[in-house]
Amino acid sequence: MTNSIVVTDRLTKRYGDRLAVSDVSLTVRRGEVYGFLGPNGAGKTTTLRMLLGLVRPTSGTATILGHAPGEPGATARIGALVEGPGFYPYLSGRDNLRVMARYQGVSDRAVEDVLERVDLAERGRDAFKSYSLGMKQRLGVASALLGDPDLLVLDEPTNGLDPGGMADMRELVVDLAEQGQTVLLSSHLLAEVQEICDRVGVIAHGRLLAESTVAELRGAGTLLVRAQPVERALAVAMRVAGDDSVQLTDAGIRLDLPEDRAPEMARALVAEGLDVHEIRPSERSLEDVFFELTTDQEENR
Amino acid sequence: MSTATMTAPAAHQTARAVPSPLGGLLASTRAELLRLRKWPAVWVLAVVWLLLNLTFAYIFNYVAYATDSSGFSNEGVDPSALLPELLPAAIPSVFTGGMPMFGGAIMFILGALAAGSGFGWGSWKTALTQGPGRISTFGGTLVAVATVVVTVVAATLALDLAASVLIAVTEGQTLTWPALGALAESVGGGLLIFGMWASAGVLVGVLTRSPALAVGLGLVWSLVIENLLRGVGNLLGGVEYVTNVLPGTAAGSVAGALGPASEGDPEGAPGILTVLDGGPAALLVTAYLVIFAAIAAVLMKRRDVP
Repeated sequence: MTNSIVVTDRLTKRYGDRLAVSDVSLTVRRGEVYGFLGPNGAGKTTTLRMLLGLVRPTSGTATILGHAPGEPGATARIGALVEGPGFYPYLSGRDNLRVMARYQGVSDRAVEDVLERVDLAERGRDAFKSYSLGMKQRLGVASALLGDPDLLVLDEPTNGLDPGGMADMRELVVDLAEQGQTVLLSSHLLAEVQEICDRVGVIAHGRLLAESTVAELRGAGTLLVRAQPVERALAVAMRVAGDDSVQLTDAGIRLDLPEDRAPEMARALVAEGLDVHEIRPSERSLEDVFFELTTDQEENR
Repeated sequence: MSTATMTAPAAHQTARAVPSPLGGLLASTRAELLRLRKWPAVWVLAVVWLLLNLTFAYIFNYVAYATDSSGFSNEGVDPSALLPELLPAAIPSVFTGGMPMFGGAIMFILGALAAGSGFGWGSWKTALTQGPGRISTFGGTLVAVATVVVTVVAATLALDLAASVLIAVTEGQTLTWPALGALAESVGGGLLIFGMWASAGVLVGVLTRSPALAVGLGLVWSLVIENLLRGVGNLLGGVEYVTNVLPGTAAGSVAGALGPASEGDPEGAPGILTVLDGGPAALLVTAYLVIFAAIAAVLMKRRDVP
């Protein structure tokens, strides 16, 4: 048995002239929380639909838990919430889950468990159509959790949730991850993914631009230096960190140096008689990386 | 098993069972029956049909008989001749009277709603990701709709029996039960007619992926277009070959062969025809039923789900 739960190979979906997903090759490993990142319309949902067997790829292949997408061997072991919750509006939240429990062949007891889990047990008797957007979203997550799936696919699970609801959802995913649950989570909210994901895939315009751990993507820590005059400070920085590890940005001089080399840098600048205004450790956020990646791609198009 | 799986907590060691095609079909049928049973629209359709059937087959005619007047459904008929039609022995010939057109249209709506609504609600997407394969999942819907059709036909029979026995007792007639063979033929004919229209509704619901469009198209077809075509067919010989084998003609001929007065007869119900003989008509209706369901299943299997 392999350690990879999802493997795609050059997965492509074309709608007429429009290439919705192009050559996406990604891997989700057992037990990790994988963040699928990209702006709206980047191809995240189409990719997830292909993984679930709802949409047939134009070319390329995908293997989920050792099966082709849509085969019972795969879908029976996936819990999914894709592009908003889809339920029968006239049924109560509880009855909707009972219908899904019958499809899965699991007991009604499991329904009560997942309702508790997303904090909907109190409103389980109310009709789905009377739910707020956030409650509908939570019911969708409850349905995905039903039957203890091996892989949880959550497409923008915090959509429509208020800040409290978003925090609860993050906590839920972290809880699940701690129990060893594999989660494939798509989002356009970078901060959210940064906090809870082990690895991320960045997608824009249908192409997977990068796939790695959050730490790798953000790179090692950097130092930000503001000193005058800038030209001489730049020369000192290059001497200390190496020519390729220095970058002049709007905020100051960015050096690819770990935090513990800040005193050395300060001494070198002072020894040269420069005015040092600030030296501080600075980490690139996933947002910075994301914009760099998507801008690069824009320029290459 | 990898070490990662073995170190996972207990909850994830027992994976959900992977259903076989038949197991998936049974599970899907149970799921669909639950949601159809709790759907007010299904009850509304069933009750509307039962009331329609009771009103036109029994109440109007009984009132006409009892008041010795001629109503809209028995123009030119001696009211006293209406009584035999209202007694239990006549059930086999009365049973399918309203089915080809009115009942059929209602069953079409049932099928179209059952299959078409899930596209807009996104519930097909949810159902198709639960485990059973696409054919098993859709098969569950077909079996569940068929179960509703059988239940409605059974309820119609129960209602007709109750009404006719009540009339017989009220009028002091001796209770003569219908011949079992004839009754079975009638019930079978009713099942075929309702089954075909429900199956057509399911197909159009799947084709259009929209219950509103499907219901509209189905009603225009069954209530208007087929009648117009039959009108044209009476004038133009070539068209007749086509109109003779349309679903509505076949369903109407099944009912016509079972005995209710046909269209054109003074007391005839709309949609009852004698274009085809009973046997060929029943075969044709069965073929339509199966073909409609099969095309719908192939579409569900092959198309992308929105």
